[in-house]
Order: sequence, then C-alpha cells, then structure tokens
Amino acid sequence: MVLTGAEIVIRCLQEEKVDYVFGYPGGAVLFIYDALFQQEKVRHILVRHEQAAIHAADAYARSTETVGVALVTSGPGATNAVTGIATAYCDSIPMVIISGQVPTAAIGQDAFQEVDTVGITRPCVKHNFLVKDPADIAATIKKAFHLAKTGRPGPVLVDIPKDVSAQSAEYHYPKSVEMRSYNPVVKGHQGQIKKALKLLLEAKRPMIYTGGGVILSDAAAPLTKLVRKLGMPITNTLMGLGGYPATDKQYLGMPGMHGTYEANMSMHFSDVLLAVGARFDDRVIGDPAHFAAEPRKIIHIDIDPSSISKRVKVDVPIVGDVKEVLEELARLLDESKHEQDTVSLATWWKQIDEWRSRDCMKYKNSDEIIKPQYVIEKLWEVTGGDAFVTSDVGQHQMWAAQYYKFDKPRRWLNSGGLGTMGVGMPYAMGAQLAHPDAQVACVTGEASIQMNIQELSTCKQFRLPIKICNLNNRYLGMVRQWQELFHGGRYSESYMDSLPDFAKLAEAYGHIGIRVDRPADVEGALREAFSRKNDLVFLDFQIDQTENVYPMVQGGKGLTEMILSAEDL
Amino acid sequence: MRHVIALLIENESGALSRVSGLFSARGYNIESLTVAPTEDASLSRMTIVTTGSDDIIEQITKQLNKLVDVVKVVDISESAHVERELMLIKVRATGKDREEMKRMADIFRGRIIDATDSSYIIELTGNQTKLDSFIGAIDTTLILETVRSGIVGIGRGDRILKL
Ligand SMILES: Cc1ncc(C[n+]2csc(CCOP(=O)(O)OP(=O)(O)O)c2C)c(N)n1
Ligand SMILES: [Mg+2]
Repeated sequence: MVLTGAEIVIRCLQEEKVDYVFGYPGGAVLFIYDALFQQEKVRHILVRHEQAAIHAADAYARSTETVGVALVTSGPGATNAVTGIATAYCDSIPMVIISGQVPTAAIGQDAFQEVDTVGITRPCVKHNFLVKDPADIAATIKKAFHLAKTGRPGPVLVDIPKDVSAQSAEYHYPKSVEMRSYNPVVKGHQGQIKKALKLLLEAKRPMIYTGGGVILSDAAAPLTKLVRKLGMPITNTLMGLGGYPATDKQYLGMPGMHGTYEANMSMHFSDVLLAVGARFDDRVIGDPAHFAAEPRKIIHIDIDPSSISKRVKVDVPIVGDVKEVLEELARLLDESKHEQDTVSLATWWKQIDEWRSRDCMKYKNSDEIIKPQYVIEKLWEVTGGDAFVTSDVGQHQMWAAQYYKFDKPRRWLNSGGLGTMGVGMPYAMGAQLAHPDAQVACVTGEASIQMNIQELSTCKQFRLPIKICNLNNRYLGMVRQWQELFHGGRYSESYMDSLPDFAKLAEAYGHIGIRVDRPADVEGALREAFSRKNDLVFLDFQIDQTENVYPMVQGGKGLTEMILSAEDL
Repeated sequence: MRHVIALLIENESGALSRVSGLFSARGYNIESLTVAPTEDASLSRMTIVTTGSDDIIEQITKQLNKLVDVVKVVDISESAHVERELMLIKVRATGKDREEMKRMADIFRGRIIDATDSSYIIELTGNQTKLDSFIGAIDTTLILETVRSGIVGIGRGDRILKL
C-alpha cells in the first residue's frame, strides 16, 4: 500500500497501539498533523509548551508499562523539547519523540526553524535517527520503539524532514527488529546468581537496596516476594519508591541525602549489600570513598553493564533484566539447601530497630503555621495511600518522597536524575490521562509550578481533574536551605517577590483555587479537593517559610555523617 | 595506561560523532582515532588510542558497547597485536641537507614520494615510537609540514575482530 510519509508515521503509531501523542504543531510537521486529523485511533493532546509535551508523554510511560510518544516541530519545537528529553533520559524512561525537520534540500542552509536536532539531542537520547526517505520511516519507527523499551529503556528521537513526510512510499510495518549491533542481555548468568544467593544466605548483616530499575522492569511483585521470604531489610531509592511496600516493617525508608537514619546506617554497615536496578548515585551513597571504606560484599543486578562498578567496586555483578534475575534468584532460593544465618539476622534487626528508634522523621507540628510534612501525611490519609503522586524539584519533592508511603510501583513520578523543576503538572497530566479514574496529586512549590504553569490551560481543554498541592514557602526552598546551612545565610536570589495569587490564577484558567493558611484547614481542603472528581483543584498551602528537609547528608559527606534535625547543627 | 581500542560500528552518518561525543561528554582522552569502512561497506572500523586507569578503560569499553550502532569492541592492547601509523612529512631538502634527508629516510625505511628542487615528501609507516624517533633524528628546523594518520591496530594470530 502506498502512503505518504506522514500517513506512514501515524499508521506506525497505530501499529504500536499508541493511545496518546503529546505535541504541538508547526510548519515542519504540518503533513503529520494533517494525517493525524484524518484518523481517530491515535489521540493528540495539545500542550501549551513542548517541554510539557515531553514530560506528559514521559509520565504516561512512567505510570504505565508503555512507551510515551511526543510530536514536535523543527527548530524551537525541538529545542523546547530538549529539557524533557534529557529528563526522561536521566531516568531511563521509554519514549519515542518525533520531530519535524526542514526539507532535506534545506538542511545545512541555515533555513528557517532549522536546528541540528539529531546533534543537539545526541547526548540525551538512547538513540536518534534522521530519516531521509519515506520508505525508511516504518522500519525506523519500529526500531525506535524497540530501542526505547528494551534493554535499559530510554528516549529515542526520530527526526523527519518535511519533504519526507510529504512524499509517498510503499508502506509495510515490520513484525520484528533485528539489529546486529544491539542485543541487550536479559537473562542473568546462572553461576553469578548462585554466587549471589550463597552470599546473601551467609550474610550476617544483609541489606537490600533497590532503585528505578525495579519499577522499570515491573519487578515489584517478585522483589517483594523474595525480600519477604528472606526477611531482610530493604530500602528504595527516590526512583525506586513503591518497589517494595513502604508500610511493610522490613522497609527502612529511603536512603541517601534525605534518607532515613536507619536506611543509611544499614547501607553503610551491612556486610552484604544487594543492589537491584540502582546505580550508587552520589545522592544515594554520598562520598564513594567514605562508602567504600567500610568492608562489605556487593551484589549488583542491572540491565546496563556500564552501571556496574562505575562508582563503587562490585563483587558479584549480574547483568540482566531485574525481573528475570529476581525470579531466578527466588527459584534457586526455593531449591536451595543452604541454611540462612537467621541468628545473625535477628541480631542485625535488633541493631536496625535501635537506629529506627531515633525516629528521624519526626517533626514539630504546629497549630499556627502549616508544616509541609503534615500536608503530605494528610494527603496520604485522604487519598488512602493510593494516589499517583507527582512532584517538582525542591524541598516539597523530598517531603513528598519521605512522608507519602508508596505501597505500589509506578505511583510516584518525579525527575530523579536530572532534577527538572517544571515536571510536576505535566507529569500529573500524563498520569491522569493514563489512569482517568485515579486520584492524581501534584505536589509542587510556588517556584517549580511556575515553570510550566501554562499547562493549566491544557488541563482545562482535556478536563484533567488533577489536584495541585502547592507547598508555598515563598522561597526557592531547597536553594534557601543550602544557603542557610552552607553559605552563611546569604539568601542570594532564593526569595521570590510578586508571586501570583495562585487560587485566582487557577480560576482564571477555569479551575478551582483554594488558599489554605491554617493547619486546621489542611485536611478539609484536601477532602474537598479530592471529592471534586471532575475538577482540577489548585490548593495553595501557605507553609512555614523556614522549614528545612531533614535528615540530611551534606553533599560530598559520608552516609553516616547525617544531620538528623536542626538541633544537630 | 595507554590502550588501543578497536571497534566495529554501523557505517551510518553520525556514527563518528556518537563515538567522539561520548569521549568528550565523559571526559575520556583520545590520543588518536581513525576510521574507515571495512571490506563489508556497511561496517566501519575504528581504532582509538586512549589513556586511563583500568576503571576508566573498563567504563570506556562498556560505554562504547552501549552505543546502539556499535557492533563489537575489543581492547586489542590487552594482548599481542600490531600497530601501524602512516606519516607524510615534508622537509626542506637543499644543499647538504638533501643527501642527509635521503639517508635518514632510508635508515627508517621511508620512501620519498615527491620531490621538488627544495623539498621532499617522505612517507613513513611504523608504530608511534618509530615515527617519533624519525622526527627526533632529523633536524627539526627542516620540517615544513607533517601529517600523521593516527594508529590502526589489529590483534595477532587467532584474535580476530569480525562479525
Ligand atoms: C529547571 C531548574 N532550575 C533550577 C533548579 C535548581 N533548584 C533546585 S530546587 C530549586 C527551588 C525550588 O523551589 P520551589 O519549587 O518553590 O520548591 P521548594 O524547594 O521551595 O519546596 C531550584 C531553583 C532546578 N532543579 N531545575
Ligand atoms: Mg518554594
């Protein structure tokens, strides 16, 4: 069948069962938008800024098991998309981004709205393509989806010149992809898995540390089963929250810079550490030399060989899909005649419980001023712990991660790797579209929300009843916290004047806005918001301006060198 | 430590920039990089000379392998291998220097591939040290221009880098 390049693009998306494309039109993608218009299977969400299109598609992928898809025009469309693409890349999110390009003959001529999109995005995509012939579109898009979702997932960009989308070619969508240069390992090495199991069973102070890889490979269920069976302590990183139920007693909270005392101490003093789909990030282990100074054996399961032994030396590397390896580990455990050192484990738990009893997450609540931690605790209660929670970047993000107890995977959506302010609302949009009946909350700050505030308009157009919880401290709070602690209290440009009246702003966009000033009104406002099933409600919580995030491991310090509360300073 | 990494990569536009971009983005050294298609025109072969600790070299090979277009990566300097580099050097060749240059080229088994009444172009192949010693052996004030290809390398005997 002969179709135009643009029609081929849309047919490919249909073949891939894409429900939503997030995008914004422009000259170079007019043919593609025309083809989109003439069909109904693939629906388009018109955002108000291309960055939001990428974030929303990214969230769609994060909150489901699918590949997120976005469509942008050439030049400024593509450059606006770059932050979104880099955000997805840093968190290994499967996405396909289609960008328009100037006509083939104009490439390199400094044409109107021409940028080297493939060049600009190269360092922040898993792979990218420039398609020069309409006959190559189908095979390229097939490859793009394949690359995006297999191996270590990531965004893949397909750049299509305008003439290529206009010309016709024979259409045929390939059934499968063969790439001699790309064959990610899926199954873990048997011998290594056996070695790992032996180490774990013999461990005196075992600790399990899991990250975003568990979420991405849908391994929460096998992980939970295995960890329960082993009876060992576990921590989930910021990207791994929900990988193991947070309300379970074996769960020690998040590790790292703003992690719990018990999680960090257990990481540090473990004798066998099982790392699963995690990458020993600087925000998680602090100073690698300090971390390495304490002897322990490390088992590392990861799909990406380059993540292994990158920042810390690993004793038992296992390259493979996290889910496959965990299932195999569980199978071998069932068969194993090896006895677990349960006596030592009991002693270890005693030690951990002692650390736990420091109650590092306690905070002083107030009747007069709203404490952010309190808002999140109430949010958790009001939503029954079952909402999709997105966040932006800053103190509010850490409070959300610390105080909302995620029991399920894919419920917590945030920019962990790149730390992109502005993801919150578009993430909520993507999650709400993927789960129309679910409760979706966006925990944000007054600075972050303004980085994509225009999306209130998109939410109106597509009737997305997300609940925005703005923890409004009138400060770039996280910046202010660092300035308070490490820069002599010189608050250089971290205070923002002339903030809008967010409640009125929400109303101007046709939504409901509620300003909340008193602690006594927090719960009521949340209940009111979530009872409005069809409305977007913007809750503007006026919180304590000077509240800081604790516990804290200062950048460059060791995991055990924690500031537990303001009194520690 | 110096390492010589050989790799096969899909011969697609942009392949070179993916590799060089990786090195610059991650702060790895490139001493030299050569690339050309193989007998199978769909594949290019690169030889990269780099330096770094064992950890860094391990990361470099892993990161190269991670590039979607890269088919195979081998650190050929891990065992017996041959390295060659080509140098074209244009030197002043007048008066008594003319005879001396010819003599030096002969000693290093170079060939004079172009001559004018005042200059020679000498072609020299060998490993890096040999080319360096040639430059060290002649009067450097006579050098008008040099161009070196960078190292190409291949494993000895059974060590074969092929699809
Ligand atoms: C796009 C972007 N620019 C700058 C930063 C640096 N940064 C990190 S947190 C933060 C302050 C965020 O303020 P707000 O959204 O009000 O959150 P709060 O920390 O007050 O809760 C800034 C500027 C960033 N992460 N992203
Ligand atoms: Mg703030």
